[in-house]
Amino acid sequence: MLDRRVTLGIAGALLLVAPALAQTQPNRFITVSSTTSTTDSGLFTHLLPIFQVKTGIEVRVVSQGTGQALDTGRRGDADVVFVHARAQEVKFVEDGFGVERKAVMYNDFVLIGPKADPAGIKGGKDIVAALKAVQAKGSLFISRGDKSGTHAAELNLWKAAEIDIEKAKGPWYREIGQGMGAALNMASAQDGYVLADRATWLNFRNRGDLDILVEGDRRLFNQYGVILVNPAKHPHVKQADGQAFIDWLVSPDGQKAIADYKIGGQSLFFPNATQPGA
Amino acid sequence: MDITAAFSEALQLILGADAKFLQIVGLSLRVTLTAVLLAALIGLPLGAWLAISRFSGRALVIVFVNGLMGLPPVVAGLVVFLLLSRAGPLGSWGLLFTPTAMVIAQTVLVLPIVIALTRGTIEELWREYREHLASLGVNGWRAVPTLLWDGRFALATGLLAGFGRASAEVGAVLIVGGNIANYTRTMTTTIALETSKGDLPLALGLGIVLMALTLLINALAFGASRIGQRFAG
Repeated sequence: MLDRRVTLGIAGALLLVAPALAQTQPNRFITVSSTTSTTDSGLFTHLLPIFQVKTGIEVRVVSQGTGQALDTGRRGDADVVFVHARAQEVKFVEDGFGVERKAVMYNDFVLIGPKADPAGIKGGKDIVAALKAVQAKGSLFISRGDKSGTHAAELNLWKAAEIDIEKAKGPWYREIGQGMGAALNMASAQDGYVLADRATWLNFRNRGDLDILVEGDRRLFNQYGVILVNPAKHPHVKQADGQAFIDWLVSPDGQKAIADYKIGGQSLFFPNATQPGA
Repeated sequence: MDITAAFSEALQLILGADAKFLQIVGLSLRVTLTAVLLAALIGLPLGAWLAISRFSGRALVIVFVNGLMGLPPVVAGLVVFLLLSRAGPLGSWGLLFTPTAMVIAQTVLVLPIVIALTRGTIEELWREYREHLASLGVNGWRAVPTLLWDGRFALATGLLAGFGRASAEVGAVLIVGGNIANYTRTMTTTIALETSKGDLPLALGLGIVLMALTLLINALAFGASRIGQRFAG
């Protein structure tokens, strides 16, 4: 008698589970591993519906730091990578994991800091001089420390300032190993300096006492590239649909959609697929 | 000030019944309930078997299962990630970054709780009713359904504990689901994302909704068990 009740229970449970598991494989989609900045800034929320209406391809974005996003591509867990760290992108293609790198757009980094500005760098145009001042004063600096594109850019800037950050590190320099938003939250809570991409900053709500202190230096230029994961390495890669997404991004239509994304009248990303050497 | 804003956000989310929001809540419930159901299907018989059987090394297995109740979600997520990644042994299934992957990870998290609590409950009942059942001619494995049925109220509490663990965790679903908008974004991963975007009132508002849902489910379970107990006499 109880056996029948148990059997019925199990049968019922399976009926409930089955649709939940079956619902997970819909029609046409690609997986794109990208950076936290493209998601946190809201760019994909703007771009992807336009692309989907045009092609019927759903784009699923997993947002990670650039290092991790490239690693996701290397493992074959994404069809396309869309990141911003040129040297790492070039190496990704050279190592055979990607087919070809295409430039898509740029935005820029800005040095964010407390309005009180203990290092006295406000309004400067020279990022290298500003970082030197932060280090010399020992003012609190929040580093992403997560191998992201922004982290790589920050390390390059320390190098440009001729500061060996591995040696100069101290209590003033905090590596948090988290995304852009988390770094901004921490800078906001502790009145620290932080290098951020402008798009995430413009979309960031919890600013507290923070403001842009240094901007406009050409060394703060932040180029994004897109790469199809190599189907020769990972045969399951959706080559045609992935390529369709890349082709659209660099097409006049896609480039215009990128330029059209604005917050408060400000463009966040500037398309430059046709610019040679970008 | 932020707290007030959070409550008003929470109210707006619930009253507005925004389609995106409902989808996130729906996915969270679907993933977690499926995981609890799977864990129950596997864990109840396994726990009962562990309670009744005697074999060498049984104590070790019990300690191991009890220890797994403390498995950090992020570790469970990482293990499932490595298994399901294209570079991993089950990569050809193509399950990484899908709701199914999240169900698997949460099942791994809930299963030890179900097994351990079932084992405890059934062992006690077995001690109490063994001879009585034997006199009725019900021995060994054949006693398992009876024991599970007798312990159903205690076992339901175990399942609720499992539900609580799964619905509250973010580490595992974030790693194996990838927090993809409209696809693998759950309540907890949305909270993490909105926090990182600095939209703290929205993040906290979602937290309040999640808490309210958990309370509601517990209240329903409590009510059902009250009614059940009354009729079971």
